[in-house]
Amino acid sequence: MAALHFHNVTLGYDRHPAVHHLNGEVAPGALLAVIGPNGAGKSTLLRGIVGILRPLDGSIHLGGLDSRDIAYLPQSAEIDRSFPISVLDFVATGLWRGTGLFGGIGKAARDKILRAIASVGLNGFENRPIGTLSGGQMQRVLFARVLLQDARLIVLDEPFNAIDSKTTADLLALVKHWHGEGRTVLAALHDMEMVRTHFSETLVLARGPVAWGPTAEVLTPENLMVAMRMCEAFDDGAAACSADDARSRAA
Amino acid sequence: MLYDALIGPFTEFEFMRRALAAVIALSLAGAPIGVFLMLRRMSLVGDAMAHAILPGAAVGFLLSGLNLFAMTAGGLIAGFAVAILAGLVARSTGLKEDASLATFYLASLALGVTIVSIKGTNIDLLHVLFGNILAMDDQTLLVVAFNATVTLLVLAVIYRPLVIESVDPLFLRTVSRAGGPAHLAFLALVVINLVNGFQALGTLLAVGLMILPAGIARFWSRDLTVMICIAVVAAAVSGYAGLVLSFQTRVASGPAIILVASALYTVSVLFGPVGGVVRQLFPGRHLEA
Repeated sequence: MAALHFHNVTLGYDRHPAVHHLNGEVAPGALLAVIGPNGAGKSTLLRGIVGILRPLDGSIHLGGLDSRDIAYLPQSAEIDRSFPISVLDFVATGLWRGTGLFGGIGKAARDKILRAIASVGLNGFENRPIGTLSGGQMQRVLFARVLLQDARLIVLDEPFNAIDSKTTADLLALVKHWHGEGRTVLAALHDMEMVRTHFSETLVLARGPVAWGPTAEVLTPENLMVAMRMCEAFDDGAAACSADDARSRAA
Repeated sequence: MLYDALIGPFTEFEFMRRALAAVIALSLAGAPIGVFLMLRRMSLVGDAMAHAILPGAAVGFLLSGLNLFAMTAGGLIAGFAVAILAGLVARSTGLKEDASLATFYLASLALGVTIVSIKGTNIDLLHVLFGNILAMDDQTLLVVAFNATVTLLVLAVIYRPLVIESVDPLFLRTVSRAGGPAHLAFLALVVINLVNGFQALGTLLAVGLMILPAGIARFWSRDLTVMICIAVVAAAVSGYAGLVLSFQTRVASGPAIILVASALYTVSVLFGPVGGVVRQLFPGRHLEA
């Protein structure tokens, strides 16, 4: 059974689609890169997968997974880093599904949190407010929280944006480790070289699917050019469309 | 001498003891709410809501006089009506939500003042606009204490989702549906505490004992729990000192309380260790690497 199944999925905001008529499957244990120009709908697609956005049309099936089996790493820009919360408390939110509204954090859970923080190389940062961290350190904190969630499907929204090469290498090793453990990993990325080198499967997105398959076959200059043109040509004032319209355009 | 000035008014006069008890109850509940308002960048929303709830509180006043229970119920209804209407207009017309809220709260303020002036006297109007904590009776004090207790209990229930929703709302939406209800409950607590502050500080200043202590706390700590404690203490100290100031100088009690809080805020802006002006001008020697 596929880890994810997209059936004619359209996702968007206020009836304006950001991802149009996506069909396809993600196999369990896949390491899938989602690439495309800015505004291509990468983050929108990931938000649809993790349940933040409901599809305007079509459906996303989680292939036997429930929401507890999904870990989501949002873009760091979505996080209010001026909020007075320590690294330890922030990472501890990864235990929400176990603790809920009132559950306490005992010694075993605390040790687990400390191990997660240590795993991303942030020993000694436990009591630092997140507002005092660098961009790379904050990204490590987000990865520590994903570690703690221990999920079978991991969804990463631009996890390597604006961080140094050492941090990128460390966190990429973590992603590959998760892949090695048989977890399904989806990541929205911009670095084509990284995708080519480390990700076996790629979806090229431009408000709709341009190409999807093995990275070596999909990541071509032609597909990237098509993606660029599709994003530039997108008409926000377009009339409502249906799957039939999409099929006829594709034909 | 010092005893007569600082303690005497409270041992001698019952209305001063009631006022002190009320201001402590308002501080215990309102200051933590103020901290979250500030951290969620909703300080001005709190101010707008204080005006928006006036028509509901005024209808409560029209029906039951200065009965805090009726005014709280009316204020809750008006507050939610304005919040929902402003949201609906913003979504259906493209007008920004803050502009939409601003138009609604101005209309609400005008409507509320009109309603009070239809039945009440100018003194009633002044009472609603500026409050009079020294005129608080036992029944009102009990309602203030009840509202404060409810606030603390509800805040304890929604504390965790409120914190996560403030710092990382997208994450919370992936792990729980508690974010929406927590936000709504928080808005209800804002309204309850604004109405609670009516009697003491009036419509125009009710939000002062919530936001100013929160602003003070921001300059003294980077830890949320400590910030909440500092805000509560700052609010209670402002309340106590404001009452003493009002008693000794015969200035109105509400403005006196807010002026003391403003003075504490100024001291915090200047000397607070977290981003205070003096700390920035004279950062001190740096530590070793």
